[in-house]
Amino acid sequence: MISVTGVLLSAVALWEIYKFVWTSLGWIKPIRPDDVVMPHTWDMVLELFQPVRRGGSLLILDLSTRSFWTLREALVGFVIGALVGFGLGVLFVRSSMAERAFMPYVVASQTVPILAIAPMVVVWGGRLSIPHWMSVSIIAAYLTFFPVAINTLRGLRSPDPNALELMRSYAAKPSDVLWKLQVPSALPYIFTALKVSATASIVGALIGELPAGFQSGLGRALLTFSQQFAVRSAKLYATVIICAMVGILFVAVVTLIEHRVIKETRELEGQA
Amino acid sequence: MSSLIVDARGVGKIFGSGEARVEALKGIDLSVDSGEFISLIGPSGCGKSTLLRLIADLATPTSGSLSVNAKTPHEARVDQDYGIVFQKATLLDWRTVTKNVELPLEIMDLDDTSTAGEMLDLVQLGEFADHYPWQLSGGMQQRVAIARALVFKPSLLLMDEPFGALDEMTRELMQQEVLRIWRETGTTIIFVTHSIPEAVFLSSRVVVMSRRPGRIAGVIETDLSYPRDEDTRESPAYYTKVTEVREALRRLEH
Repeated sequence: MISVTGVLLSAVALWEIYKFVWTSLGWIKPIRPDDVVMPHTWDMVLELFQPVRRGGSLLILDLSTRSFWTLREALVGFVIGALVGFGLGVLFVRSSMAERAFMPYVVASQTVPILAIAPMVVVWGGRLSIPHWMSVSIIAAYLTFFPVAINTLRGLRSPDPNALELMRSYAAKPSDVLWKLQVPSALPYIFTALKVSATASIVGALIGELPAGFQSGLGRALLTFSQQFAVRSAKLYATVIICAMVGILFVAVVTLIEHRVIKETRELEGQA
Repeated sequence: MSSLIVDARGVGKIFGSGEARVEALKGIDLSVDSGEFISLIGPSGCGKSTLLRLIADLATPTSGSLSVNAKTPHEARVDQDYGIVFQKATLLDWRTVTKNVELPLEIMDLDDTSTAGEMLDLVQLGEFADHYPWQLSGGMQQRVAIARALVFKPSLLLMDEPFGALDEMTRELMQQEVLRIWRETGTTIIFVTHSIPEAVFLSSRVVVMSRRPGRIAGVIETDLSYPRDEDTRESPAYYTKVTEVREALRRLEH
């Protein structure tokens, strides 16, 4: 908590010092320090307690509701992506033929920009009458599954060869080798991927909302407020801050679960 | 029923083919009786570990016939006739000592886990039951590995340089321990080592192996009475045997 506060305060300080120094000296490069391009940090915070539009609700309330929607899309996408990623990792470790056959597609899938994929998912989702937010979740899952698949595969391959021979000496079933040896060994790798995926799923949800025409999430707010940037830039910055906080919250929850699940291994790392 | 635990006739093992072809073992004839303590000794690359792995069905011979408990090595492995201990203890970090020892029981669907406690007492680690492997010294970890190998009461214990990574003092203590366990359980032990004193101190017979291709160069009966203790290490008969094994190994160099 102390470190989070520290990081936050340093960021505010850097921003304000830059603004003050550049304004005093009349510098405009690399970024013009005026109140539109670089509003004061306190103005961003104050903006949260202004109505979104005349007669509307406060920005912070509006963004809270939107966060809920975006977080739900991201969470569902995260779970789908994590399960698909884990499944692919298990499949690949069990069958090198499957790995050779499908791994190129898995890698290629990540070189296709999400902006190209998203509209297709929305169109197909529409044909299948999937709710809009679900299409957004699938886009989030698309960004989530890859790190999980790669790290699961690596983690499942991490046990010592002697440990595998030991299992062989017990004539262990493949499912026992998987659940009693390979998956526990892979947990630290999988959680590393889940932390990357937690943020990626938020990004996927934010981007996915745009082609999906989903009106109620943070992604839509980002788009709307960026169009109003010249008038009230603080509103966009405030929204960006909320998006970042949603992402941090998600990663924090995953980290908490990680600590619970792999306590012993962490103690081991602490000792080494 | 035969009292032969291991019966090898003309066993050979070739790795690879063409340019990369390596003949690891050639014409191995070896019989191990029930209750024996056999050491396999030889220079590195003599195939002593390979021979152990063939018995364990972790590799398959390319020629000859090999039986374990009057079965094929594969059948013996599936029937869980042997326990194995490697140079590395290979304990699972996320399991306590007890849970590590219970691992084979879980996998073999043997619900009675009371033997785990018995085995921990056997290796004198009863009070460390709830510790994690990384809280134990190297010697203690290896004791856990021995308890784990014996928990399902196999008739044969295979040990592949189990004390190779331990310091000399711990090593001698562990040798005493393994002799005590051997006496108390009556398990047949095949022990791979490159230490001459270790082989002589422990075994009833020392099998000396030569290099490239790995062959049995000689079998030396140690003729030292059990139980053996620290006095054994200082007895003239022990020195004589150590010298005999050393000379057998030296003859291989010519």
